[in-house]
Amino acid sequence: MDDLFTDAIEKLFAQRSMPQQVRAIEDGGSAQSLWREIQESGFADALVPENQGGAGLALADVFGILLACGSHALPVPLAPTMLARAILVQAGQSVPEGPISIAGAAVESKRGLECPQVAFARVSEWVLVRLGETCTLLAIDDATLTPTEVHGSLVGSLCWTLRPTGTACFASTLDLQAAAACLFAAQLAGAMERVFAMTVDYANERTQFGRPIGKFQAVQQQISVMAEQVFAARMAAQIGCDSGTHAPDPLRAAVAKARTSEAVVPVAAIAHAVHGAIGITEEYDLQLYTRRLYEWRTAFGSESYWNQKIGESLLRDRTETVLPFLRERVSARSDTA
Amino acid sequence: MIGTLSLTAIPAKDEALRAPVRAFLDEAQADVPPEVRIRSWMGFDADFSRALAERSWIGLTLPPEYGGGGRSAFARFVVAEELLAAGAPVSAHWIADRQSGPLIVKYGTDAQKEFYLPRICRAEAFFCIGMSEPNAGSDLASVRTRAVRTATGWLLNGSKLWTTNAHRSHFMIALVRTSGTPDDRHKGLSQVIVDLSLPGVTARPIRDIAGDAHFSEVVFDDVELAEDALIGEEGAGWAQVTAELALERSGPERLYSSMVLLDTWLSFLRSRGEGDSRSTALLGKLVANLSVLRAMSLAVAEQLSRGQSPAVEAALVKDLGTAFEQVLPTAIADALGANPNQAVPDSLLRALAYVTQVAPSFSLRGGTREILRGMIARGLELGR
Repeated sequence: MDDLFTDAIEKLFAQRSMPQQVRAIEDGGSAQSLWREIQESGFADALVPENQGGAGLALADVFGILLACGSHALPVPLAPTMLARAILVQAGQSVPEGPISIAGAAVESKRGLECPQVAFARVSEWVLVRLGETCTLLAIDDATLTPTEVHGSLVGSLCWTLRPTGTACFASTLDLQAAAACLFAAQLAGAMERVFAMTVDYANERTQFGRPIGKFQAVQQQISVMAEQVFAARMAAQIGCDSGTHAPDPLRAAVAKARTSEAVVPVAAIAHAVHGAIGITEEYDLQLYTRRLYEWRTAFGSESYWNQKIGESLLRDRTETVLPFLRERVSARSDTA
Repeated sequence: MIGTLSLTAIPAKDEALRAPVRAFLDEAQADVPPEVRIRSWMGFDADFSRALAERSWIGLTLPPEYGGGGRSAFARFVVAEELLAAGAPVSAHWIADRQSGPLIVKYGTDAQKEFYLPRICRAEAFFCIGMSEPNAGSDLASVRTRAVRTATGWLLNGSKLWTTNAHRSHFMIALVRTSGTPDDRHKGLSQVIVDLSLPGVTARPIRDIAGDAHFSEVVFDDVELAEDALIGEEGAGWAQVTAELALERSGPERLYSSMVLLDTWLSFLRSRGEGDSRSTALLGKLVANLSVLRAMSLAVAEQLSRGQSPAVEAALVKDLGTAFEQVLPTAIADALGANPNQAVPDSLLRALAYVTQVAPSFSLRGGTREILRGMIARGLELGR
């Protein structure tokens, strides 16, 4: 079933010639028609139970969709919306149409309620926020949106000067930060697979000194290192998404984001080193993915943040040694053989 | 391209092996200090190996008709990771269990299987691998040790170098030239099983950087081998060695060489109470990396259990795994040294120093880092 969904979304993206779409939306073009098509295809409700009108899939089942969001540099928040809609339905909340972002943190300040640097803020209508023991869905129309104005970025900071009326808070124990980090870990893995494939192709096409640069050992060694990091990132993301519900286990999500974020630096660096100057041009697609790699590396916590969480968790754990800890708390669920 | 690695869980029946192995190890290893346990698969203890054999934990993947367990790669993975994580002295039987036994199953005659396999399963036959020579390291196809046909079998001359456990093993499976010259490269190579007690065999142990003598130089001076010393097909040695190396590279031993150090450091951090955030983050980083590597290694085991020979995937996991094993001691040393005036237990320092000193070997044994990366590049069809 998950493969059918992945095939369907790959087909939709292929028909849309995504690199052009990404550029247009990053330039300020409307994301509405792209979003409408995705929503009408039912992907946004993939994690919503079947009796509530969704596809009833678990996070493990949508791994392929999450990878595709990354490998196509999807410029709308499908992954966060999928999670947010499942959370809202489960909490008995009404679910609005339109793309939903997730905010890692909300800060009450003198100016109001602030959410700094929200991923996809520029192309979202709603943002799901944790406020203490509760979660709430806030309308971006009611907020002041300040784009970071980082070149091409869809990130923006949000500030609600008045607490928006009519928004219901609902109790939730879900670790929203870890869940969102897990989604971005999978997107990172997808984007890294794209960058890797482009790099291998380029090394075989580009000729210098009379032969493809992929024949040079110095280049081969670098691409082999890249392969190792990309494979590790994909496995880490699989660990994070290995959940039978709509949300990940927080410790597995931590491992997923820590390891995928760690892989970003060598993967992006080697991709650019192999591509040479063409890789840093606007015209060539590589930049669509490597800009996202660096942005998503820190979104919802970089490797340092999550490594700290994992370390704290192990120090507190009752197991004496490392192997039982990672076997019992991080390894594959035994029902996924 | 290389196939993807899928997250895999260990089947319940193989997982069931873990509890008895752990219970056995808890007792056997109770009083062994970290600096001894850290030697694990360099730790040679024939009695310990026989105790494992009595419990049927050696030769798990070998056929039952020869005394083996008839189990999958997952079963061996479970037992191997528990042994290594506990720092058990597994060196005596390790090579036979991991690769010599499976090689004999794959290429041996019925008579060879009947002779060697039950002895391996009983931990009565310890093996070493004769690949490297004084002038053939990474360039393995240039081996010069030669076996020449005689009326009764083969006459063996030449030498092997850096052979782990040669001076304390019963048999060596050696890659030798049986026809042609070193210029013929992969052609004319064969594998022979050498009984190391034969006249003309001299094994000289070489002391290593940590003060141990785990590897040797072996000289063959007119050693007379019987006809049935040949294993597999004459001239097919290169293909056989390649398959053998896939087994050598794919196991959990490529992740756990430094586990005892990690555990010893963890108990030190806990004993200090309030941890510093630098050490906590490093601990988390090592655990995150190890979790992912273990999952990758299990994915390779899953491919092995389906009868595949995932040589390139194994090379990829090995290179990544040994890089992790090498980072571990240097990073822990830095974390300890970041607080230079604290008291650190000597046993932790000894375990740390041991791993630091032998760590260069992690990316040499079983194929150097550079050779493995070349294999990955070929697997990716780079420069095709």
